[in-house]
Amino acid sequence: MRFHSFLIKYGEIGIKGKNRYMFEDALVRQIRYALRGVDGNFLVHKCHGRVYVDCDGEYDYEETVEGLKRVFGIVGICPVVRVKVAELEQLKEDVVHYMEQMYPEKNFTFKVEARRANKRYPVNSMEINCALGEAVLDAFPDTKVDVHNPDVKLNVEIREEVYIYSEIIPGPGGMPVGTNGSAMLLLSGGIDSPVAGYMIAKRGVEIEAVYFHAPPYTSERAKEKVVDLARLVSKYAGPIRLHVVNFTDIQLYIYEKCPHEELTIIMRRYMMRIAEQFAKMDGCLGLVTGESIGQVASQTMQSLAATNAVCTLPVYRPLIGFDKREIVDISQKIDTYEVSIQPFEDCCTIFVAKHPVTKPNVERMEKSEQNLTEKIDELVRTAVETAEVIRVEYTN
Amino acid sequence: MEVYLDNSATTMSYPEVGELVYKVMCRDYGNPSSMHRKGVEAEHYIRESKETIARILKVSAKEIFFTSGGTESDNLALIGCARANRRAGNHLITTSIEHPAILNTMRYLEEEEGFRVTYLPVDSKGKVKLEALKEALCPQTILVSVMYVNNEVGTVQPVREAAEIVKKYNPSILFHTDAVQGFGKYHIYPKRMGIDLLTASGHKIHGPKGIGFLYIGEKVKIKPVMYGGEQQKNIRSGTENVPGIAGLGLAAKMIYQDLDMKVALMRELKSHFLEGVAKIENTTVHGFTDEGSAPHIISVGVAGIRSEVLLHALEDKGIYVSSGSACSSNHPAVSGVLKGIGAAREYLDATLRFSMSEFTTKEEIDYTLETLYNCIPMLRKYTRH
Repeated sequence: MRFHSFLIKYGEIGIKGKNRYMFEDALVRQIRYALRGVDGNFLVHKCHGRVYVDCDGEYDYEETVEGLKRVFGIVGICPVVRVKVAELEQLKEDVVHYMEQMYPEKNFTFKVEARRANKRYPVNSMEINCALGEAVLDAFPDTKVDVHNPDVKLNVEIREEVYIYSEIIPGPGGMPVGTNGSAMLLLSGGIDSPVAGYMIAKRGVEIEAVYFHAPPYTSERAKEKVVDLARLVSKYAGPIRLHVVNFTDIQLYIYEKCPHEELTIIMRRYMMRIAEQFAKMDGCLGLVTGESIGQVASQTMQSLAATNAVCTLPVYRPLIGFDKREIVDISQKIDTYEVSIQPFEDCCTIFVAKHPVTKPNVERMEKSEQNLTEKIDELVRTAVETAEVIRVEYTN
Repeated sequence: MEVYLDNSATTMSYPEVGELVYKVMCRDYGNPSSMHRKGVEAEHYIRESKETIARILKVSAKEIFFTSGGTESDNLALIGCARANRRAGNHLITTSIEHPAILNTMRYLEEEEGFRVTYLPVDSKGKVKLEALKEALCPQTILVSVMYVNNEVGTVQPVREAAEIVKKYNPSILFHTDAVQGFGKYHIYPKRMGIDLLTASGHKIHGPKGIGFLYIGEKVKIKPVMYGGEQQKNIRSGTENVPGIAGLGLAAKMIYQDLDMKVALMRELKSHFLEGVAKIENTTVHGFTDEGSAPHIISVGVAGIRSEVLLHALEDKGIYVSSGSACSSNHPAVSGVLKGIGAAREYLDATLRFSMSEFTTKEEIDYTLETLYNCIPMLRKYTRH
């Protein structure tokens, strides 16, 4: 069956008040962005409080749907068949033809839901419902009408043209990216942080990212892996500016000066500080991490408090209550899992102590950090100044 | 300074090889199976390459079959011979330190095709135990495969002796050698050594990637593993990779020019490097340090530094080496070969392979030693507790 349009259903945006147009415009923008690499000519437009994607001429259906399924804010995607506005008799024929193509098995229940947006059409909605229902019943005697719980809800909308649709492909939900400011994601090579980025982007937040690498302890491939992960997240979140920070000297300095079992926490405190510097430079409104309570030593409530204490921006942790299994499920859904499990060492694990502290307290960390006063500011400044910025964008 | 010491992973092509490949791709691009002049032209390249290789091995040109490289040659040799000789028996023998192209193919034959495989142990230098071979041979044995030079530690295997033992036991047992690391470093004459099948690869001898050959002795019974247009006497179907074949032939010719002199130079550099390494505390050299090891491979254990870290530290100074074996570095699991030779635990995860070529210079070796002297103490300071 050839579809001529997609009707885009959006959920939460609909309940916005006077700002609604902003959300809709962002949605239209994001749809255009998602379809920019897809074969075909697409016209994305708002019309009577709805968003349509019209596809005139040849286009790749699968790719289009795949693209739309990545646009946050979309709740459902309805493939639409458009026909000319015509006499009721012609309309009946069109609808029967549609049903015949869409549902080769004919023993289903259905309901016709007509909407007459174009009031010049001489027959009203109720009459259209009856007429079309009758036509379908006549054509396929095995079908039944069920107005309460139909298998198929056949929508027929009379506008400048007649829109016929009955299928809804679920979208990702959420809000269009770009409607909620931006945040700085701490991206490691692991499973969690890309998922955290995805979750935050889903709420309409634009994402930037920072990655800490530690040559020669981490390899060029580990960095490439992070770029690959950022690219996969950008499939949903749009272009991402990835800051790659050389963290080796800071890490070695901490290793030299601080108690070994505190290394990971102090290291993470410096990561947060550096990430926050970038965030503020770029006008981000918060930091995002993939932490989940108790997953590892550095993610106990005490550890989170200790790392949190160095930040003035809010730190968002969308996975905070998730189990590993749940995180893995999402990472598989968004295709980051396969990349995440490639076995390259990341900078959090290289010097990790056998028994790192699990209940650090802020005062003690601060005291340990006093051992660093001589050189740390200089090292942090250098790390920030020499960071490499990579613009990562997903292209079909 | 850029120092490439990963020649056992792959080598730089001779520029002449690159030029020839380009010429064959863009000018003499005919299909050797075509009837017209362009096809004949292409066929000439194949014949010339075959003849070059045949002269080097002192075999007949019709016994050379081109493949996509070492892995395919090994697969064809093992699977092709196992299937063709199944009626004579179902027992295969190899060593425990072979390249994965052999080991995994053997495992396949074991698990999927019902063959029985014996994996021979090696001594602490990585040399296969011939006594074990004698014990393993039985009336059902149809094929024995022993590599020429081990790719991870460089130990030269007693191929001639092994073949002799096999042939003495039963002359109809086939003997294969994976000579990917040996071809281009040694004069190998299969017919004098009792070798029935020999694997070699182009990109280890300054030739192109994606090309290799399998020497198949005239009398060997073998079946194809791929089916198609029946090229190469139906042993290996598929339009011949003419540019690769031409490049491989030229590279073979060039690497065997003044080979003895080149090898002597590599030996000199190797002992110089070994002397230098000996000055570093808590290091070890795996395998032999004399003629028992290939002239180009040096496997060094550096206690206290994970190989990946030292590798990247060297990389930072422009020195390219492998950790363990390049083929297995995607799996950071501990090297089976190092385990097999009973290397001490502190070296299992802390071993680098330096591999030279005829282009390696003394300056490069000195620079590498210098860098090691600087890096190692620094890196040892920071270790995981």
